Amino acid sequence: MAIPVAVQPSMCSHSGMEEPKEAQLAPRGAPVGRRIVLGMIGLGALGIVFGRTASQAVNSTVATAAPGLSGVLPGTGGFRIYTVTNGYPEYNADKYRLTVTGLVSTPLSLSLADLTELPQTGMTKDFQCVTGWRVDDVPWSGVLLSDVLNAAGADLTAEALRFTSFDGAYTESLTMEQGLRPDILVATTMFGQPLAEEHGAPVRLYVAPMYGYKSLKWLSGIEVGQKVVPGYWEERGYAVDAWVGESNGMTDEPIT
Amino acid sequence: MNQSPEPTTILRFTAAERWTHRTLGILMGVLLITAAVLYLPGASAVIGYRPLMRNTHIIAGFLLPIPIIVACFFWAFRQDLRRLNRFSPNDWKWLRTRKRRNGEIPVGKFNAGQKLNSAFVLGSIIVLLGTGLVMYFNRFFPDDIRTGSTFVHDWLAILVAIATAGHMWMAYGDATARKGMLTGSVPVEWAEKEHDEWANEVRS
Repeated sequence: MAIPVAVQPSMCSHSGMEEPKEAQLAPRGAPVGRRIVLGMIGLGALGIVFGRTASQAVNSTVATAAPGLSGVLPGTGGFRIYTVTNGYPEYNADKYRLTVTGLVSTPLSLSLADLTELPQTGMTKDFQCVTGWRVDDVPWSGVLLSDVLNAAGADLTAEALRFTSFDGAYTESLTMEQGLRPDILVATTMFGQPLAEEHGAPVRLYVAPMYGYKSLKWLSGIEVGQKVVPGYWEERGYAVDAWVGESNGMTDEPIT
Repeated sequence: MNQSPEPTTILRFTAAERWTHRTLGILMGVLLITAAVLYLPGASAVIGYRPLMRNTHIIAGFLLPIPIIVACFFWAFRQDLRRLNRFSPNDWKWLRTRKRRNGEIPVGKFNAGQKLNSAFVLGSIIVLLGTGLVMYFNRFFPDDIRTGSTFVHDWLAILVAIATAGHMWMAYGDATARKGMLTGSVPVEWAEKEHDEWANEVRS
């Protein structure tokens, strides 16, 4: 009974044969289960080493061959969508306002039309997430943050900028010195299209030289103040000065 | 030689095996649901709450090996591991034929499909735990290792979701097997039909 290789059906009925207990427990057959487990560990290690190349290949294949799959497969659209509240916050394009307050000579409440009347700036730069993924050469456009600050007559000697989102939870911060850089955008388009809901429609911040969490989505408020207040993710352990490749213990290539 | 009446049910899983399965199942469920919310763009949109989902996922991930380690202290579980590990020539035959359910090929306590599934799940848990640790302690690893780990973690998770769905589908189709995992015992007739070699072994 212990080693039935080609058992006849009749042998499968109750035979009443007594076998020593050990016979049941002796190894029978090849240890295929162990080989599968070890093989998977080996494949997993290979995947970790070659995964960066493989994921780029998979992402570009899916993007060109089956763009519809990007919505259901992780990371294949290049971007991963993170929200800190329940779903995407809703907005009404007619009622949307971006307020600029604090140490400014003219507090502003900008509609989407007002934003299009300010000087428009475009830039094509990468988006690098602190969790490791990067999307190369994203075309962005909108109004330079420095142009918005100048339009409000912001006190440029003030220390800090605080950004709030109409999702009610997401906040971000920059120093005034950082905010005046020419690669920080109040962005209204991406890839030549109005911002999609998941990318922060209708207006988001794009802080090119810093990790993605600084690029606050669903932007609704800019406040000029004297003290940097750490934002949502910074309260959860991420660096306030989030330079790509020089913060959060990461060595990514800087975005220039 | 045995004059007492034949038992109508036989023990398939001890309490230790059932609790191992139960806790692993719950943790796997939590991990798959939170994973879907974290990484499938559609689900992120509907549910969101990224920090809560992330923390739940991480805690469940760290807990996942514990039921397996605890189970290894139980003889019955170690016996199951041994049975799941070994493939007999009959197992290969069983996998190759479409007539695997007609009872011609003897099947032990676990059929070859169950053996493959358990090996795949154990391998997956180890790889997902390893890549998950790289992602959690990301500051100690270079970028390409982090990206590679994310890649492996994402795609293996999709395969695990498919395997889990298949496992649940097979269980959905066999109420007796489900009852066996719930109560521990199965009717002798069921054992003779689905796992004849094991039924003989238990009664001999």
